[in-house]
Amino acid sequence: MDELGSVDRLGPELILLAFAGIIVLTDLVVQRRWLVVGGSLLAVAGSLIWAGTLVARDMRGSAFDGLLVVDNFSLFFAFLFAGIAAVVILASIDYSERFSRYQAEYYALILVSAAGMMLLAATVDLIAIFIVLELTGISLYILVAFLKDMRSSEAGLKYLLLGALSTAVTLYGMALLFGLSGSTSLDDIGNVVAAANDDTRAAVVMAMVFLVAGLGFKMAVVPFQMWVPDVYEGAPTPITAYLSVGSKAAGFAVVMRIFFEALGDRSISSDWSNMFAAVAAISMTVGNVVAITQTNIKRMLGYSSIAQAGYLVVGLAAISAAEGEFSLGASGVIFFLAAYAFTNLGAFIAIIAISNRINSDEIGDYAGMIRRAPLLALGLTLCLVSLTGIPPTAGFIAKVYIFNAAVQSDLVWLVIVGVLNSVVSAYYYLRVVLQMFLEAPASEERVSAGPSLGLAMAIASGGILFIGILPFLLLEVSETAARTFGS
Amino acid sequence: MLSFIVFFPLLGVAIIALLPRERERDSKWVAAATAFVVLVAAVGLFVAFDRDQTGFQFVQSHTWISGDIAHFDIQYLLGVDGLGMAMLVLTALLGLVAVLISWNIELRPKEYFAWLLLLEMSLLGVFTALDFLLFFIFWEIELIPMYFLISIWGTGRKVYSAWKYVFFTFFGSAFMLVGLLVLGFAADTFDIRVLSQMEIRDALVPTQVLFFLLIFGFAIKLPVFPFHTWLPDAHTDAPTAVSVMLAGVLLKMGGYGMLRICLSILPDVARDAAVWLAIFGVVNILYGALVTLVQTDLKRLIAYSSVSHMGYVLLGLSALGQVGLTGAGMQMFTHGVITGLLFVMVGMVYDRAHTRQIGELSGLAHQMPMIAVVMVIAGLASLGLPSMAGFVSEVMVFLGTFDKHGALTILGVIGILLTAGYILWMIQRVFLGERSPRWKDLGDATAWWERTAMIAMVAVIFLVGIYPAVVADVISTGVEPIVGRLA
Repeated sequence: MDELGSVDRLGPELILLAFAGIIVLTDLVVQRRWLVVGGSLLAVAGSLIWAGTLVARDMRGSAFDGLLVVDNFSLFFAFLFAGIAAVVILASIDYSERFSRYQAEYYALILVSAAGMMLLAATVDLIAIFIVLELTGISLYILVAFLKDMRSSEAGLKYLLLGALSTAVTLYGMALLFGLSGSTSLDDIGNVVAAANDDTRAAVVMAMVFLVAGLGFKMAVVPFQMWVPDVYEGAPTPITAYLSVGSKAAGFAVVMRIFFEALGDRSISSDWSNMFAAVAAISMTVGNVVAITQTNIKRMLGYSSIAQAGYLVVGLAAISAAEGEFSLGASGVIFFLAAYAFTNLGAFIAIIAISNRINSDEIGDYAGMIRRAPLLALGLTLCLVSLTGIPPTAGFIAKVYIFNAAVQSDLVWLVIVGVLNSVVSAYYYLRVVLQMFLEAPASEERVSAGPSLGLAMAIASGGILFIGILPFLLLEVSETAARTFGS
Repeated sequence: MLSFIVFFPLLGVAIIALLPRERERDSKWVAAATAFVVLVAAVGLFVAFDRDQTGFQFVQSHTWISGDIAHFDIQYLLGVDGLGMAMLVLTALLGLVAVLISWNIELRPKEYFAWLLLLEMSLLGVFTALDFLLFFIFWEIELIPMYFLISIWGTGRKVYSAWKYVFFTFFGSAFMLVGLLVLGFAADTFDIRVLSQMEIRDALVPTQVLFFLLIFGFAIKLPVFPFHTWLPDAHTDAPTAVSVMLAGVLLKMGGYGMLRICLSILPDVARDAAVWLAIFGVVNILYGALVTLVQTDLKRLIAYSSVSHMGYVLLGLSALGQVGLTGAGMQMFTHGVITGLLFVMVGMVYDRAHTRQIGELSGLAHQMPMIAVVMVIAGLASLGLPSMAGFVSEVMVFLGTFDKHGALTILGVIGILLTAGYILWMIQRVFLGERSPRWKDLGDATAWWERTAMIAMVAVIFLVGIYPAVVADVISTGVEPIVGRLA
C-alpha cells in the first residue's frame, strides 16, 4: 500500500517518462509528426492533471522512504515545469521542421528533461538529487546539439564539458556533507549542520561554496555563466527558451531545497546569504552591462537571463533579519520564476516566429517589424517591457516583490544595485523595441506566426498582463508554496 | 467615478485599436470624443467637490494584492483632495487640447492617438492614486507612451531626446522605488492617507536618507537644477501636443509628488530641508531665466522658461505654510495652462513657417493676427500680469515665502524681471518688427480645432486671473492638512 502511494506521488513524472518511451517506440513503426507532437502534448496534459489530482486528493507527503516529497513547493514546480514544457513543445512545432530525422527523440527528450526538472524540486536526498540533476542535464546536452551544425555542436560540447565540471563540483560538495553527517537525507544533514562546532564548521562552509559553484552553473549566475552566450546562440531556439526558463528554475528549486533545508541553520545561513548577495550584485551588473553591446538577439537574451538570475538570487539572499525566515525570500523567488517564465518564453516565441521567416537573429534585422508583424512585435514589446520591469506587467510586480523581500531583510544596498541595474537594462531592451517601431523595414514582406506559435504567444502575453494586473492569485500560490520553508 | 475618469481613455485606446486600417484617420475623432468625455467628467467632479471639507473625496478602495509573508499589501485606492482635483482638471483639459492640436497628424495616426490616450490615463492615475505603490505604477506607465511619442513623432534629435527623457525619469524612479519599499517596511502600509498621519521613524535607513530617496525622482521630474538637462531636449524634439502635455502636466507630477509624499509623510525632515528647497528654487528661477534669455529656438525658449517657473513651485514649497503651498499648487495649475498655451502657439507658428529660429522670424503679427494676440496673452500671463492666472500664483508664492526666507525670496523676485525680459523680447522679435517677404504667404489660425483649443485655454487663464478662488479654494483645502503636519 505504501509502495503504491509512493508511485502515485511520482505520477506526474512517471507519465512524462512513460510517454517519452512510447513516443520513441511508436516512431519506429509509424512516423507521423502529428502523432509525436500530439503524444507529447498529451503527456504534459496528463502530467498536469495527475498533479492536479494530487492537490485535490491532498496527497502531500513523502515517498520512497524519504527520497522525495510531495509538498506545496514541489507541486508548484510540477505545474510550472509542465507548463513550460507545453509551451516549448508548441514553440517547437514549426521549428522542428529544420531537422527531418529524430523528431520523436527531440520531443521525448523534452519530456524526459521536464520530468527531471520536476523531480529536482521534489527530491530531498542527495543521491536522488544527483541522479535527477544528471537526468535533466544529459537530456539537455543532447537537445542543445540537436541542429547538428557547427554552432549547435559547439554549443552542445561546451555545455557538456562545463556541465560535467559543474556536476563534479556539486558532487564534491555533496560528498563533504555526507562525510560530515553520514546521511544523504537533507533532514539529517540539517540536524548535523545545526549542531556543527568550530571544527566541523569549516567543512560545512566548504561544502556550501562547492554547492553554490556547482549549482550556480544551472542557475547561470556570475561567475558560472561562461557557457551561457555561446550555448544560447547555438542551440535550437526553443531549447534556448527551455534552458533560460526551465533549467534555470530547476536550478533555483534545488538550491532552495538544499540551502533552506540542509543548510538552513542560523549559524551558517548568514554566510551563504552574504555570498548570495554578492553573487546577485555581480550577476545583475555583469549581465546587464555586457548585454548592452550585443547585436544578436539570442545572445542578448542570454546575458539578460544572467541579469535576471541576479534579481532572483536577491531573493535567496533575503532571509528576514528579524525572524530568520526563508519563506519571505522563497516566495519572492517563486513568484519571480513564474513571472519570468511567461515573459522570457514569450520573448523567445516571438524570436522563433520572426527568425523562421527572416532567417536572422540580428537585432538590426528586426527593423520595422511593427509593420511586417504587428501582433508579434507588440507581443515582443510587452515581453521586453516586462523584462525591464515597467508596469503593468508581470516583470514589474515580480521585481517589486522580490526587492520588497530584500528590503525587509535589511539589504537596502542590494536593492539599490538592483534598481540601478533595471535602469541600465532599459537601454538594451528598449533598443529592440525602438528597432521594431521606428526603423524602416528591410522589406514589406509580412511575417506571420503559425497557429501553434500564435497560441503560445497568446498564452505568454496573456500571462504577463494577467500577473501584472491581477497578481494576487499567483502571489497567494507563491506564498503557500514558500511556507514549506517556514520556520 | 474616479475609476471611470482614469480608465475611460483605455476604452478609447481599444476602439482605436479595432479601427480598420483604411479608417485610421477616424482615430482622431475617437480620441477627441474620449478626451472630451474625460474633461466633462472631471469638470463635473470639480463642481461636485465639497470645498469646505479637507481630506480626500470620492474615495474608492479595494484590496488589490495582499501578501502575508512579505507584508506586501497594496490597495486599489483612488481619491482626490483639493490638490489632486486641480491636477485632474488640468490633465483633462490639456488632454483634450493635446488631441485637438494633433488634428493634422498624418504619420501612423492610430498608434499616435492610442499612445496619447494611454499617456492621459497614466497621468490621471498619478493624480488620483492614494496607494503609494499604485501611484508608482501609474508614474512608471507614463514612460512607455512618452518614449514612443517623442521618438516616432518628434523632430530633430528625437531618438536621443526620448532616451534621455526615459533614462532621467527611470533613474529617479529607481530611487523612489527603494524609498517606497523602505517606507512600506517602516510603516507597514502603502496607504498614503495613513502614511500622512503617522510618524515615520528611522528604519533601515535614517529618515533623512529616506526623504532624499523619495524626493530625488520628483526633483528630476520637476525638474530641479542640475537635473533639468533632459527637459529642453525632450520639449524641443517632442511633437507639439506632447510638449504641451510634458510642460503642462508631466512636470507637475514632480511638484505634486513632493507635496503629496515628501512634505506630508516626512514633515520633520521637510522642515530641515526647507532652506535647501528654497535655495534650489531660487537657483532654478534665476538660472532658468538667464539661460532662457539667450535661446534662439522658440520651443527651447519656452522649455527653459519652464525650468525657471518650476523654481517658483519649489520656492513656494519651501515656505511650508498655507499661502506658500497654495501658491505652489496654483503655480502648477496656472503654469500648466499658460505654458501649455505657449507651446500650442509655438506649434502653430512652426506648422506654418517650418522654422522655430527666432532670428529668421519677424513681423508675423501681420500674417497671423489671431495667433499673435493669443501669444501675447499667454506671454503676459506667463510674466505675471495682474488679471491673468500667472500673477495670482506668483504673488502667493512670494507672499508665502517672504517671512521664512526673506533674502532668497527677494532674489527670486528678480526672476519676474527676467521673465518679462525674455517674453517681451521674444514677442517683439517674432511677431512685431519688420514685415518679412519670406513669410507673406502664411495664414492665421482658422481651423476650428485650433480655435477651440486657444479659446478654451485663454478663457481659463482669464477666469483664474480674475477670480482665482475658483481654483485656489480647492487647492487650499488640499494643502491644509499638509500644512497642519508641517506646523
